[in-house]
Amino acid sequence: MSGPKYPGFDTLALHAGQSPDPATGSRAVPVYQTTSYVFRDSAHAASLFNMERAGHVYSRISNPTVAVLEERVAALEGGVGAIATASGQAALHLAVATLMDAGSHIVASNSLYGGSHNLLGYTLKRFGIDTTFVAPGTPENFAQAIRPNTRLLFAETLGNPGLEVLDVPAVAQVAHAAGLPLLVDATFTTPYLMKPFEHGADLLYHSATKFLGGHGIAIGGVLVDSGRFDWEKSGKFPQLTAPYSGFHNMDFEEESGTRAFLLRARREGLRDFGACMAPMTAFQILQGIETLHLRMPRHVENTRKVVQFLAANPAVAKVVYPELPDHPNHALAKMLLPRGCGAVFTFDIKGGREAGQRFIEALRVFSHLANVGDAKSLVIHPASTTHYRMSDEDLAKAGVGAGTVRLSVGLEDAADLIEDLGRALAVSQRTAAQK
Amino acid sequence: MNFTVDGRQVFAYTAAHAIDPAKATVVFVHGAGLDHSWWGLQSRYFGYHGRNVLAVDLPGHGRSAGPPLATVGELADWVFRLLEAAGLAKASVIGHSMGSLVALECAARQPARVERIALIGTAYPMKVGEAFLDAAKRNDHAAYDMETIWGHAPQVPLGSNPNPGMWMYGDMLARLARLAPGVLYNDLKACNDYAGGEVAAGKVQCPALFLLGRRDQMTPPRGGLAFAQLVQGAKVIQLAPSGHSLMAESPDAVLDALIEFLRA
Repeated sequence: MSGPKYPGFDTLALHAGQSPDPATGSRAVPVYQTTSYVFRDSAHAASLFNMERAGHVYSRISNPTVAVLEERVAALEGGVGAIATASGQAALHLAVATLMDAGSHIVASNSLYGGSHNLLGYTLKRFGIDTTFVAPGTPENFAQAIRPNTRLLFAETLGNPGLEVLDVPAVAQVAHAAGLPLLVDATFTTPYLMKPFEHGADLLYHSATKFLGGHGIAIGGVLVDSGRFDWEKSGKFPQLTAPYSGFHNMDFEEESGTRAFLLRARREGLRDFGACMAPMTAFQILQGIETLHLRMPRHVENTRKVVQFLAANPAVAKVVYPELPDHPNHALAKMLLPRGCGAVFTFDIKGGREAGQRFIEALRVFSHLANVGDAKSLVIHPASTTHYRMSDEDLAKAGVGAGTVRLSVGLEDAADLIEDLGRALAVSQRTAAQK
Repeated sequence: MNFTVDGRQVFAYTAAHAIDPAKATVVFVHGAGLDHSWWGLQSRYFGYHGRNVLAVDLPGHGRSAGPPLATVGELADWVFRLLEAAGLAKASVIGHSMGSLVALECAARQPARVERIALIGTAYPMKVGEAFLDAAKRNDHAAYDMETIWGHAPQVPLGSNPNPGMWMYGDMLARLARLAPGVLYNDLKACNDYAGGEVAAGKVQCPALFLLGRRDQMTPPRGGLAFAQLVQGAKVIQLAPSGHSLMAESPDAVLDALIEFLRA
């Protein structure tokens, strides 16, 4: 581009969404720990309620600290805006609840975080929203599962835990050909490794609990809209394109065009479901985002070293990481994830479930817990934890074996991580042999 | 609300109110490549406070059928045909950027039908850089980038949006992404080619407000101030933090200025 330039990613990660506080000059983002905001007068109050003026009314709907996080993530992703939520799961629920009613249908990848699988496969079904799960590796699978009442295609940018790389451009093409939006869970990739909107996704969300925060101290989610999906043209979303008696008879698309989805999600979804983010949580996640561009390269660098070590270890049956040449999505990963395939991956230990359990219990640096994306290295056994509600058949479809171990590689000295893994692997095999 | 103008369906936002010929009317005219929703907060306010609002999608923009009209004069004449289609005799016309030139031409062409004009983010002449025009002509994304970056104050990408949770750059880029090829070029060329400013300014008989952003990179305020001097009795307000997208960057200040101006 000849002419003006956009600020770089690193600059946006530190600054987007916040000017120094006009009241105090505070350089750091102030924590506006308040539930509500004083109106200037009655007319001002009425104008805020009727959306004639911008501003904050009640912190369930919006809050100045939370708004900084929302704007910053939207800037990093290239979206029109964002809504921060109580968790990543709340973000997924907010997206679904904004777009569909009972009788609607979703086509989703079958390689999902277990919580997402539960929400779509069981909980939403109770409210009349059905989901068909498909293997994400073949975009045509999504096309074949679309029904007249389908309203959303959904997948993770990197499948959990199989690390399938979603062919975002191809699946987006399938969605758009059917007049549908594509929602992706971009938690594993973060905007540092992939910007799904640049590849055709329409909506995305993060479990901000993971890499965005990076510190493992706060639960949160962020739902981002690209503003590119034309709800009016699709004709399938009266929720956004017809007067809504639940909010001043507003036609959200007519009212705000590119902002229609977020407008309804905020004005109905946060108002009624109430899964908002607390301002202190937003502050904590912002502290993480300010170093995202420094942490992610180190996460990837350490992961590559650990993967290389494990792939050569005789106690390891298989390592699943898209940067390995034998991964089925290796070529796609090189195209969509040139900066790296993240820091979460799985491997299978020889000796099955028992060897896997002993391996985990022998680790000293890696922490055994149910999370990923922390600065500290983490480990878990998906079949008995995150994916324990899934049937064996569904587990197999998601690429999870009984002995599969998932690692989230942190920012420690890679040599220490490798030493820890090597010793625990030796313990796991020695014990198995003795039996 | 849809209307038929020149045999084509066109759209104007009315804040969900029926048109009442007994009420005063405010027409909002957007700038290059944009649509009615650019006026979201301001147009909604007047629609809910006793006035007819017609926040138009100019032909070929938003929900209005194309093709886009090529000159500021044609756009001004179209505004009057829209008023007729809506059963309205007169209106105040508020325009942003390209739309500000349309507002001026409306006041000059049919003074009896224009009660007040407000020109927001304006300058005359409204020359467009050769590189910008050329990129738009080629439908090169660089034109969208220039519109986005120059269309806001320099601090916008690092600052905070008055509209909670929104990202101004992303919003403008998403709007431009929906444009049909050639529309942005059409609009920029209309601005660049407009040459009747001095004559039109001399014909203005109604009260005029110039609302300028001190940090406007697209139509720098010195151009707006010089333009305002051509219109007798024009009132000028400069908003310190704003760039070219005043309605988004300083929505309350713009609304307050318009309330005061239209009330006077």
